[in-house]
Amino acid sequence: MTSREAIMEALRRAAPPPCEPAEPPRGIRFDDPVAKFSEVLASVGGRCVVGDYRELEVVQTARRVLTCPDQSSQSPHELADVDVAIVQGEFGVAENGAVWVPAANLGLRRVVFVIAQHLVLRVPANAIVHNMHEAYQRVGRDRFGVFISGPSKTADIEQALVIGAQGPRSCTVVLE
Amino acid sequence: MTGHPERALPFVLDQPRAHWHDESLWFVRQKRDRQASALPEWEELRNAAHAIKSHTMSRLADYLALFESNAVANGIQVHWARDANEHNEIVYGILAERGVTRLVKSKSMLTEECHLNPYLEARGVEVTDTDLGERIVQLRKEPPSHIVLPAIHLKRQDIGALFHDQLGTEAGAADPAYLTEAARGHLRDKLLNAGAGLTGVNFAVAETGGVVVCTNEGNADMGASLPPIHIACMGLEKIVPRLADLAVFVRLLARSATGQPVTAYTSHFNGPRAGGEMHVVIVDNGRSKILAEETFRRSLNCIRCGACLNTCPVYRRSGGYSYGYTIPGPIGSVLAPHRDPAAHASLPFASSLCGSCSDVCPVKVDLHHQLLAFRERLVKEGKTSSAKSLAMSVMSTVFQRPWMYGAGGWLMRRVVPLMPRFVLYGPWNPWGLQRELPPMPSESFRDLLEKEETR
Ligand code: SF4
Repeated sequence: MTSREAIMEALRRAAPPPCEPAEPPRGIRFDDPVAKFSEVLASVGGRCVVGDYRELEVVQTARRVLTCPDQSSQSPHELADVDVAIVQGEFGVAENGAVWVPAANLGLRRVVFVIAQHLVLRVPANAIVHNMHEAYQRVGRDRFGVFISGPSKTADIEQALVIGAQGPRSCTVVLE
Repeated sequence: MTGHPERALPFVLDQPRAHWHDESLWFVRQKRDRQASALPEWEELRNAAHAIKSHTMSRLADYLALFESNAVANGIQVHWARDANEHNEIVYGILAERGVTRLVKSKSMLTEECHLNPYLEARGVEVTDTDLGERIVQLRKEPPSHIVLPAIHLKRQDIGALFHDQLGTEAGAADPAYLTEAARGHLRDKLLNAGAGLTGVNFAVAETGGVVVCTNEGNADMGASLPPIHIACMGLEKIVPRLADLAVFVRLLARSATGQPVTAYTSHFNGPRAGGEMHVVIVDNGRSKILAEETFRRSLNCIRCGACLNTCPVYRRSGGYSYGYTIPGPIGSVLAPHRDPAAHASLPFASSLCGSCSDVCPVKVDLHHQLLAFRERLVKEGKTSSAKSLAMSVMSTVFQRPWMYGAGGWLMRRVVPLMPRFVLYGPWNPWGLQRELPPMPSESFRDLLEKEETR
């Protein structure tokens, strides 16, 4: 018997009586989801602005800016010195400041969103959903996709929050 | 045999540090409370999570089969491991076949449970844990002391000294931002030079055949997308049926774990990166046995958020290492005795049964009921110490006879104040090691009540 068969058999033997799953509850809604999104994003170390991403200081002062999707990099390792990655987000989530980014928006090397020193996410201003239940209605079946909520961070040393652990040191969401 | 009290002793003897540990975790618990109370549907979410998990457990084999066929269709290679050793063999097999000698790992309690690192290191593979807290304890050659906050038992000075020693940071430097920056350079270097990346799995979705990893630092995403090989290792209970179910769990997980509204990255891996390969290793290692036990199967619903550790008055005051098991705290005390009842017999007793763990658990694992049920079983099986059994039978005799209870109290109130210290606080009173007995009252509660009633 293969391990797979052995495990499956053990699980079928052990299975508790059938019980129904539940539908997710209706999630929280906000009077002004854009304002909430902006507020929550700030609380997790990110920043939400309205305007033209090309005018952002991180973009203007960067040496290497990569606009995604980028299809030309030979290997993900070539992206290690990207200062700013500009990535299109599909929508934002008001309750947690997250932005959904599917693989297609990243390009050939999906690592770009996390290896860049700074991340700029462009999101249509009318694409802010209230909560994660609404968000998952809009999540597709891409090879890869990620909710990004603010910059890389850690609190592993004495619970002190430090922005810029291994990934981006900043995350700016530009509402367009 | 050393049990929880003996292992906790060195920790509780350093009172200022134990106090600081207690406060650090309470701080996290409070952050969790703020998030939970901000959502009017919090209790509904917990109920939904519990129902989804219970449903999944009733059809686990079907959902795993569905997950597998969808994953394979996505180009993922799926492996099955009955136990820890088979899991380690599979991982090593993948690496060895491709000549990989440098592996980067992101946080995975499963690989801790399977003791993967020593297994690989003995076979010439360099393993780097890339989560900051995990890297800290790895450099100290220690296991994590908490399932979400691996280095919560360490102070910044400890980490500063460690980094000075191992990463060449300035002597005496202990600023978290400075230390994190030093680790950033070190870890990015390891990530860029790795031949394969291994991640844990928070959720595996049957409907899509993909796995979800929730992290804050970005190391898991780099580990899974830089090297050509991504290995994701999961306990077989990580399955959820549908994509829409993720909303429930993702909303609960980070809020319960660290009091964040969501982790910085919630990554959905539905296939290998361009030009790479992806493997998923599905591990039983005792889980199917727990599923067969009606009283205990709910513990498989656990999403490893750590909230029950943060709230536990015993965990906070005795530290992760006092449990002597990969997963400490209330959930560890429920899981460990399944693995080895004799070795972990003290753990279900390392609880005040206050029930706070069950109250904060986002998937409503009935932790304190399970702890109590395990006590019963361990006592019946004779796995507890004879001193405990003796004490229990004395108590049982006394509590069943009100006159004996009353007489005992009368005697204590008169005799205890006369006893010399060395008698009261002798080695037979471990309780008194850390505490002072309260002054004996002049009257019993019954006397007071009687007076109150006749007034
Ligand atoms: S038992 Fe519940 S509270 Fe404890 S770690 Fe698991 S999910 Fe979290």
